[in-house]
This record gives sequence, C-alpha cells and structure tokens, in this order.
Amino acid sequence: MNDMRILERKVAANDIKISASNTQVYYGDNHAIKDVSIEIEDKTVTAFIGPSGCGKSTFLRCLNRMNDTIDICRVEGDILLDGEDIYDKRVDPVQLRAKVGMVFQKPNPFPKSIYDNIAYGPRIHGLANSKADLDVIVEKSLRRGAIWDEVKDRLHAPGTGLSGGQQQRLCIARAVATEPEVLLMDEPCSALDPIATAQVEELIDELRVSYSVVIVTHSMQQAARVSQKTAFFHLGNLVEYGDTGQIFTNPKDPRTESYITGRIG
Amino acid sequence: MTDATAQSPEPRKQSSLISSDARTAKRNAAEKRFRAYGLTAILMGLAFLVVLFVSIVRSGMPAFTRTVVDVEFVLTQEQFDASEKELFKTKAYSNLFIAELQDQLTASGLSIDFDAKAIERLLGKVGGTLREHYKANAADLGKPVQFELAASSRVDGYFKGRVSRDTLQDSRFLMLSDLDLVDALEEVGIIKQAFNWTFVTGADSGVDNPGGAGIGASVVGSFFMMIVVLVLSLPIGVAASIYLEEFAPQNRLTDLIEVNISNLAAVPSIVFGILGLAVFIQFMHLPQSAPLVGGLVLTLMTLPTIIISTRASLKSVPPSIRDAALGVGASKMQAVFHHVLPLAMPGILTGTIIGLAQALGETAPLLLIGMVGFVARGYPEGIVAGFTEANSAMPAQIYTWAARADVSFYEKAWGGIIVLLAFLLTMNIIAIILRRRFERRW
Repeated sequence: MNDMRILERKVAANDIKISASNTQVYYGDNHAIKDVSIEIEDKTVTAFIGPSGCGKSTFLRCLNRMNDTIDICRVEGDILLDGEDIYDKRVDPVQLRAKVGMVFQKPNPFPKSIYDNIAYGPRIHGLANSKADLDVIVEKSLRRGAIWDEVKDRLHAPGTGLSGGQQQRLCIARAVATEPEVLLMDEPCSALDPIATAQVEELIDELRVSYSVVIVTHSMQQAARVSQKTAFFHLGNLVEYGDTGQIFTNPKDPRTESYITGRIG
Repeated sequence: MTDATAQSPEPRKQSSLISSDARTAKRNAAEKRFRAYGLTAILMGLAFLVVLFVSIVRSGMPAFTRTVVDVEFVLTQEQFDASEKELFKTKAYSNLFIAELQDQLTASGLSIDFDAKAIERLLGKVGGTLREHYKANAADLGKPVQFELAASSRVDGYFKGRVSRDTLQDSRFLMLSDLDLVDALEEVGIIKQAFNWTFVTGADSGVDNPGGAGIGASVVGSFFMMIVVLVLSLPIGVAASIYLEEFAPQNRLTDLIEVNISNLAAVPSIVFGILGLAVFIQFMHLPQSAPLVGGLVLTLMTLPTIIISTRASLKSVPPSIRDAALGVGASKMQAVFHHVLPLAMPGILTGTIIGLAQALGETAPLLLIGMVGFVARGYPEGIVAGFTEANSAMPAQIYTWAARADVSFYEKAWGGIIVLLAFLLTMNIIAIILRRRFERRW
C-alpha cells in the first residue's frame, strides 16, 4: 500500500482466472472494444485505467454479461472463465453472475434492511438452509465488507440510511455474500470521500486473498495503490497490460506514458 | 491562454450592487408578472371549484330529505273487525285515519275542512298502507303506532320551493286549498322533513313517481362493474406493462404496440360502447344491461390508462436497482418482482385507482350497452345480486333522471351526483393512503 515501493511489490504468478481473446464489443454501429485480449489472474487485483469513454467499464461489464441487458450491445470473441466460454449458448447468465459478482459506481443498496440486502443473494441461490445459516452468512459477509462493527446493532435498519461510504461497503458485502470467485468493481470509490475511499481500498486488498478482483478506476494513484496488475485502455484498445509497477514506472507504450504523466486523458 | 494575457484588458465598468441595472429590473418584473399569472390561474381554478361544489350541494341536498306525515295512530280490535266487514275496506281505514288527523288538528285549536280526496292527493292511498300494516302485525292492534307516510312529490316540492302558491294551478294532483291543510299540518308538527332512506337504498321509480326514486340499486350495479374492471384490468394491465417495459425487445413491433396503446387512451369512450355492443352483446350474446358487460367495456377503456401509468412508474425505478439485483445473480424476473415492482407499486396503485375512478364516472358507453336496466323494487329485495342480471349504474342513472320531464327528478340527479362524488372521493383517499403506505425511499 505504499506508492513509493510499487516496484518492489511482490508479484507472485497465479493461475489464470479469466482469459479473453480477440474480444470485440459493438453498441449498434459503434465499435466500442477493439480486439482486446487479456488474461486476468486469480487472487490478484487487476486495475483497468484509461480516459473516459475508453471502454474499460464496457469491457468489465462483458465479464459477467451485464451488457446482455443492453439491447443494441453485441459481444464477439471468446471470454473464458476457468476455461469455459461465458458467451456459450448453454451458459445461464444468472449462474455466471453468481460466480462473478459486481460492485457498481454508485452505491445501490436495495431499499430494504441491511440484513435483507446481504441475505437476498444467498436466499435466491439457496445457500442457506435455515435462518441460523443465513445469520452466519450475513455476519461473515458484513465482516468481510469491513462494516460489521458499524451496523451490527441495526441490522434491520434500512440500508439506504447509511452514509455513502458505508453503503458502498454494504454493496461489497452483498457482492461477496454469494461466494463469488471474481469480483468486478466499476469505479467503486468515485462517489466517496477520501476516508471512505481508504477504507474501501483496504478492503479490496483484503479481498485479494480469496478472490480475483478487477477494478475500474479513474484514479491512477488508486490503481497504483491497490492493484498488482494494470491494464491501460485507450479508445477501445487495450494498449498495455502488465505488472502495476512496470506500467507506472516503465511503460512500454508511449500512450501509456502520456496518460500516466497526465498529458492525455 | 497566452493570447489573453498579452492583450491589455478593457477597463471594467463600475457597477453598484445596491442599485439594480435595467436588465435586472426587467428580469425581476417578468418574474413577478409570471407569479401573478400563476396565482390568478390557481385562484380561478379554486373559484370554479367552489362554485361547482356549492351548486352541487345546494341542488343535491334536497334529494336526501323528503316530506313525511308523521302521525301516531291507534286502531282497536273492534275497529279492525268492523273495517274488514266493509265493502270498501281501505276506504274505511282511510276514514279512521282522517278522523284521527282531524282530532289532532282540533286538539291544537286549528279547524280546517278536508276530505278523503285531499288526503289522497297529499299522501296517496293511506288506507291500503294502514290495512297492510295491521294485517301483517296484528299485535299492534290497540297500541299506538307511529306512522311515517311519504307526502306526494308536489307537497315535497312545496317545501323545497319547486311549487308555490303563486304558480300552482288546481289539478287532480294538488289543489290550492290543499296547501292550507299542509300549512296547518306543518304548524302542528305532523308534516315535517325526514332523511330520505329510499333515495339512498332504493331503485329507480316510474316517471310519475319521483318521490320513490333511489340510487341504491345503481350503486350496487356500479360496484359490480368496478369489481369486474379491477379483476380484469389490473392483472392484464400490469402484466402487459411489465412485459413491454422490462422484457420486450425494442423493435418496430413493440414501438407500434406502444403507439397504439397511447392512441387507445385517447379514443372517445362512446366508441368503446359501440364496440362492446357489437362484440359482447351481439356477437358473444352476453346478457344486456348486465354489470358483467358494463365491466368488460370499462375494462377496455381503463386498460390503456393502467398500462401507461404502470409503465411510467416502472420507468421511474432507478436502473441501478436492476443492476444491483442482476449483479448478485438474480434472474430478470426475480429482479423485476423482488425489487422493481415493489418500488413501482405506489405509482401502479395510483394509476389503477385513477383509471377506476374514470371508469366509475363513464356514462356514454353504458348507455350504448343499455346499462339503464330498471330494477323495480328497492333495498333489500331489489338489490340485484349478480353480474349477469340487469342493473343500472350510477352515471347512467343520473343521466336518466336528468333527461326526465318532471322537475323533481332534477333534484334526484343532483343528489345522485353527490353520491357519485362521495364514491370518487373515497377512492382517491384510498389511493393516497396506499401511496403513503407503499412509498419507500431509495
């Protein structure tokens, strides 16, 4: 978690969790993602950086097929999760999304109690057999979301009554409650103040132990702080992908260098 | 950027914050004018509302009261036996009643001459009413019984200002001399105003008997129709809107459907009436004048309203809620039914009740399918318990009364409007309460 020593950060080689090759995404006639190939490792935080409109969020949403909800969106190419093509006709996006959880830019808790927010996923997936099981899952998830101590006394208060940072951690807890294998985060801190951001970043670092985390961020400092791998997107292309330390200190592509030094974007 | 700094800036004009310049003054004046317009518009709307309300209440309240002759009457066993032996039995009862009235008037120091004909003009066939009562309740014989007999609609009109001594011409319905008797009876307190239960519970009467007309039967008819409308249009409308809004692909066909639904909402209601007549009655041979058919026609009319309002409230649910649900692995249907629909509920309910209220007040299509069935008897026998038996509906009943020649029906029409408005008001209050209850923050 120290900017100054990113070069020395230990980068262990992990298994490949998600492997995308020659992915194209079209919004109608608009070619939004051009020929992106990337391998995302397990138990690693991978950051997607790039200027606005470069396609990083679009690509992130391809990884759990959230783009299916957009009628005009079309995805080509192969995206493999543990070697299985997630765009295969036999794949049920609902099952996929249980494995690949997502946290959104704006905190979006359900207008229900904190408890029900967390319990919703496990309930619909049948992860709990009894009320006691569910209580255990809720507590575990809230602890993982680093919000248990703040809400343990008011589990049945509405989730929408929490502060912005708490809501976002609640959303993260909700995402981990279904025991996903991959956690996608779409600019999770853009609506938060610096203190809440620090809490969420710390949380992301802890989550790395059990999940493969992919985070889209506008803040290069954040990418440098939390990620082991960084991918730089520009105008729909994946320009450069590599260890975070290398991207920030020794970028190979001139565009990456321009971006991280603040000349484009 | 460098250009700007190179040129010497023009000297800034000095202006005071205290005195406003011409532009600002003009802007402020425009705003003041607009506020005045708005306030005027609201005040005019309110004034119209007050005028409407006052005129409805003033014209309609008399429908809820009626003029009755309230008299205590004793009939002994001997009198009963004697009367039953007569040839004209009711005539005998009538004479006894007249004698009793005469006694009561004399006791109060008023002496006025009247005959059986005058009583018949005032109260109709009193003898028959008395005889039926005593034949049915033999136990009442020898005991004082309080009789409340409805006065004729002309006498009623005399009290309510429709009939006056200056304009009255002697006829077989009412003579000028009868009014002396009426005045005398009022002085004694025998003739008075009482609440008109017949109007609230009864059915429509013949054209020559405005006094016996009631709105009760058509309230029941309207109620049955509303049940049909609610049961059909709510599920169909909500299912259609959920499909269109959440599941249907965006293409030419759905666009066409959308445009047509909007057009359907603007189709004049009489067109639905003709459609109902052609399809439900002439083609499907459903019974005429039945609440079932009325309800079906009104369902057709209400559906577009419900679909449009439901779609609007589904649309107003933030997409982040759908994303959140899909993100934790809910299926599309689970996302809609667990999260979107509950949030859209207040809007759906409000739209539904507004649609129902619209349907409740609709007249034209009902006239076309003959929802002006004549239910001969009042509550409780006359209340037609069924969806397929002939009945009337409130607005159609009001229309029928308003179209009748006798002025006393005019008052009934206004009274009917009060009842109708009371129902609409109740429905709107229910809508507001439901809205409050289901509304949630997000």
